[in-house]
Amino acid sequence: MIKFSDKQLKIPKLMRPVYLATVGMSKFDRAFPETRTEELCIQAFTAAADFVNMTPSELKQYIHTCYYGHFADHFGDQLLGESVIHDRLGLDPLGNIGVKTGGATGGSTMWEAVKAVASGYSDCTLALGWERMDEVPTDEGNHLISAAADKDWETPLGHIYTGYYAVMAQRYWKIFGKEEDSFRDTMAEIAVKNRGYARMNPHAQAPMKITIEDVKNSPIVAYPLRALDCCLMSVGSACGIVCDEKTAYEITDNPLRIYIAAGSHTLRVADRRNMTIPLLPNETPDTYKDLAKRFPGSDRYPGFTGFLAARMAAYYAYRMAGIKDPIEDLDVIELHDAFTISDIQSYEDVGLRPYGEGRDYIESGDAYLTNPQTKKPGKLPSNLSGGLIGCMHAVGATGLMQIAEIGYHIWNRWDEIHEPQEKWDVFGRKKPDDWTSLQVKGAKRGLAISHAGVGSHVTAAILMHPNNLLKED
Amino acid sequence: MPKTENEKGFVDVANGRYKPKGVFHIPEANQPIFNKDTGKLAGITNPRDMTYMHSYGGEAPFFEGLGKGKLMATRCDNEKCDTKGSIYQPFRIYCPDCLRKNTVIDMTDLAKTTAKIHSYIITHRSGAFNSLPKPIKFINIEFEGVVTILMSVLAVGEPEFDKKVLPIFNTKSPTYTITDLRFVVEGTSESELPEGFTF
Ligand SMILES: [Zn+2]
Repeated sequence: MIKFSDKQLKIPKLMRPVYLATVGMSKFDRAFPETRTEELCIQAFTAAADFVNMTPSELKQYIHTCYYGHFADHFGDQLLGESVIHDRLGLDPLGNIGVKTGGATGGSTMWEAVKAVASGYSDCTLALGWERMDEVPTDEGNHLISAAADKDWETPLGHIYTGYYAVMAQRYWKIFGKEEDSFRDTMAEIAVKNRGYARMNPHAQAPMKITIEDVKNSPIVAYPLRALDCCLMSVGSACGIVCDEKTAYEITDNPLRIYIAAGSHTLRVADRRNMTIPLLPNETPDTYKDLAKRFPGSDRYPGFTGFLAARMAAYYAYRMAGIKDPIEDLDVIELHDAFTISDIQSYEDVGLRPYGEGRDYIESGDAYLTNPQTKKPGKLPSNLSGGLIGCMHAVGATGLMQIAEIGYHIWNRWDEIHEPQEKWDVFGRKKPDDWTSLQVKGAKRGLAISHAGVGSHVTAAILMHPNNLLKED
Repeated sequence: MPKTENEKGFVDVANGRYKPKGVFHIPEANQPIFNKDTGKLAGITNPRDMTYMHSYGGEAPFFEGLGKGKLMATRCDNEKCDTKGSIYQPFRIYCPDCLRKNTVIDMTDLAKTTAKIHSYIITHRSGAFNSLPKPIKFINIEFEGVVTILMSVLAVGEPEFDKKVLPIFNTKSPTYTITDLRFVVEGTSESELPEGFTF
């Protein structure tokens, strides 16, 4: 579609408030040759039980329906992998279903779990996701990933997904980045920032203390993208449990409100048609009246430079939750930094900056916990987990890891998850001598964006402390 | 090792069914995976050689056209459709708005005169089963009056934004896949084209 009816633009409504009661994550790594997937899922679920001082069997007593996010069956040589995990978690005979929306699988799994509670069908649902891409040779893995593109029109062209994706980065780099060295540095800064934050996260797979020069000197993957501009390939699991108000307060005295919405766009970038920009609450038609003048070549929307699915997820979610301006109303954010350049693109899609000006979110220092220029707290710190670039991208778990990380900040319990020496030891990782807390002080509201591939699916999940809602139910 | 002629699998359609003949999978035993440090069993390999059959359905005229040197597209001609007249490349069987069957049109001449590069990327990487020479120069092509932007590869020349390109077709030994269509920069001579390709 290129025109949307009022019915299609209806602001999604949850029929009753939904709360996030607890979350959990496993260790994340590139490969676990001596660990079965279920062991990682049980690790994540047990962490969620621990977080609310319950045993796993006590927590299971509350669950009524289960949603499992796992994208790439063909990597694991196992259809109905969801059933395997469901059984190993000991949750039979509860109803369960698998969710698959590429990179957005984790977010979409939560989207389903929330709706089941909102409708009254269930009072408590489990959203649990995982992925493992380590059980095939790398070139076969590249082929299997490319199978998420169109099998007749794209996959035969190189069997390499990066190629289908990076053409968008190229266009953004030329039109909005104007091929400037300063823009290249800003891209690199994201890689430095997120890998640096990952150093404080024992779950994270690729913590690194690096410089902008390191990123710019790393091997070229597909110009302008270099190895250190790209996200990880990971194995791991994450989960969240959502409830109605009564059940949530039985599990914990401090549940968070959750709102979530989804958008979509064509699987083949080739099929994108021109349309007018759907506006977020902090934009007016004037915002874009001279866009094509300022950025010659930007006359197509979304063209190759915007992600309509992300824009629509934010369009729905902000209005659902009463967000007028994400920079002002939110305290912490986790974005889908698949590539440094797509991270910049998504700042615009979700309205942190208008289209064309995404780089300023980094350059202003707003995206940092501590603004490097003013030394004051950043306005809206992003990807303190390390993101997909520094922490992990275990596809079906990614969106749930992001939601968990946002939750830890609002619960003011980030340190408890990331600091203990015992956890670093159990995960076999060295805690850095300069470990520092990344807890966002006084965080009340946060956003997690879960995004698939070239932008076929995106979800926007908003968490709020119940005392700090922006809109009446 | 490439399969011998006797080991290849072929498929026809007859009486509304796929009719496979020949050899479709050569079994290979699994192997144990041990941890080299501890000597303990970690798992097994599961080798497998399989063949999928892709039905082209209503897109068949597009893939058949490539081997004949033709670039087929589609157009919505529904008088009542909001987006009537839109030309689709990639070829869409149905209009995405009114869901009426599109008209198949030959856009070879349009492509020869108006194709230009919208974006591109050069990559030295590929996945298993890749048949294209590396590096792969992915290009996205705008055509005048076409509402979408086709992805393909540039076989000769260097990609640049807005650069004019011409389609070439694997007419001598068609594979009937999207790789039968590639593009070259303007001014490329017939002798520079990849094996089997013509303008
Ligand atoms: Zn139509």
